[in-house]
Amino acid sequence: MSEASGLGSSREVPRPAGPAPGTSRTDSPGVDDRGWTAAVRRRLDGRLPLEEVLPTRQPAFVGSWVYVFGVVTIAALVWVLVSGCVLAFMGSAWWHTSSLGHFFNSIHFWSVQMFFIFMVLHLWGQYWGAGWRDGRAKTWMVGVVLFLISIVTAFTGYLIQQNFDSQWIALNAKDAVNSTGLGGIFNVLNFGQMYGIHVMLFPIALTLLVVLHIVQVRSRGVVRPIGDPYVPDSGESVSTGGPR
Amino acid sequence: MSARRPGIDKADYYRGIRMTPYDLIKEIAIATVGILVVVLILSAVLSSPDVPSATIQAWAKADPVDFVTTAASELSGQSTTAQYGPPYTSGSGSTQSIGPIEPEVWAGVHIPVDAPLDFVLQPLSQATVGDQTLASALNTFNDASAGQQAKWLNAYTNALGSATLVDNEVSVPSGSYGPVPILMSRLLSLARSGGLDALLLTSDHFYQTDYTKPLLFMNDGGYFVGLAQAQDLTGSQWGMMNETGRYPGQAWLWLYTLWYQIPPFNTASNGDLLVVVVMTILSLGLLLVPFIPGVRDIPRWIPVHKLIWREHYRSMTK
Repeated sequence: MSEASGLGSSREVPRPAGPAPGTSRTDSPGVDDRGWTAAVRRRLDGRLPLEEVLPTRQPAFVGSWVYVFGVVTIAALVWVLVSGCVLAFMGSAWWHTSSLGHFFNSIHFWSVQMFFIFMVLHLWGQYWGAGWRDGRAKTWMVGVVLFLISIVTAFTGYLIQQNFDSQWIALNAKDAVNSTGLGGIFNVLNFGQMYGIHVMLFPIALTLLVVLHIVQVRSRGVVRPIGDPYVPDSGESVSTGGPR
Repeated sequence: MSARRPGIDKADYYRGIRMTPYDLIKEIAIATVGILVVVLILSAVLSSPDVPSATIQAWAKADPVDFVTTAASELSGQSTTAQYGPPYTSGSGSTQSIGPIEPEVWAGVHIPVDAPLDFVLQPLSQATVGDQTLASALNTFNDASAGQQAKWLNAYTNALGSATLVDNEVSVPSGSYGPVPILMSRLLSLARSGGLDALLLTSDHFYQTDYTKPLLFMNDGGYFVGLAQAQDLTGSQWGMMNETGRYPGQAWLWLYTLWYQIPPFNTASNGDLLVVVVMTILSLGLLLVPFIPGVRDIPRWIPVHKLIWREHYRSMTK
């Protein structure tokens, strides 16, 4: 199957060029479009103006229920992070000795469950809609990396609960990690190492990648439905496949 | 419509598509509040699991014969941990490879564990203050040849098969065990007091966060596995995907855990490495879906998209 007729067409959609480097877009006094800062601002402004970050109009097909999953995933992540911050601030033993602490742990626990449920639904939704079409392959790939990092983050969360689950999961997981030769630098039996990774490194990576993923989605917009291809001025279809 | 910004081509991309009003902030706000309500209800009604951690102290009190049997195997160097291999020991009891590919061996020992010394002799040597009998027994054991130590331990380990509890002490038929019964008896007492839990954490530093040694020691016994079996957590029960109680656990690990339930993974001595390799390949496949012919075309062949964009296709027909 040729690329032009497959769903894998991730060809870049032609973009009108922005203003030439060094040319001013404004005559306002004190504004200079030269230099690195101006170049970054031009690039950001060109790729992601505020009207795209916070759109007030969307294609009608975005009304489909499948688009809810991504938003709800982010909503769940908000509560994962909020409850995680409270648990981290109060210390690792707090939730074992305080009913309020246990309640916050439950919020963290169920937020994570919601996060995964909706992330998986979002992933399946994007797969069956072939969301990588028309130059969106990188968006798909960042989403998959997010999914994989989320799994490792949740796994380290289970390891630092300081209860029987964390003991058992750590002892089960060590053999798989050790078999890769990484057991010496990623010791699942080392609470201190897993704690630092779970409460800082992975959440930072996760948050940054979520922001990047959202920027990617907002920058290009949602992909057109399968079978309703985008036909640029050249007349060549780049969004293909779907029902014939 | 306002003038198009440089670099943005959506007006062109969505040509022919009906545009409708959309309130992103409102949608996010509703989703965030909605999720909070659901999470609060689930937290209030179902709570979350928190089965207390197992301790060596509890083990020594609940099953002293199993504890002593495990300690004897550590001292004789016959335990799983003692023979594990990298990253803990230089052995090869648990190393895994695929043909010439031996990542564990290549990585080497990074977390050295000397089972006889770390789990038995070192903790006992720290408990000799005021216990001349123990100090003497330790000296006798340490001064004996390796062959003599092995004879004592073999005889004692065999005798443990018919061990009984007398006055809460592990009693074995009389035999030639040298100082081993005294060492085991004192280690059992130390464990029952909770002292061994602390001593296995001891390092050169005041603060402790590394539980590698006490966890490995507990895992060598039957008591800890028994607790897991009672909670339906063992590998044949879908292992670490589950968690204590009737909670969902790490359901997202279902595919990873699935391989451990089926041949050849559930019988192969290198099953962990095989599963890791399979999951790495599958993960790369998921990452590269947009570039894999066939896989990327399935959404066109199986028209789930007609359900996703039902309204859109209906409007196109009109």
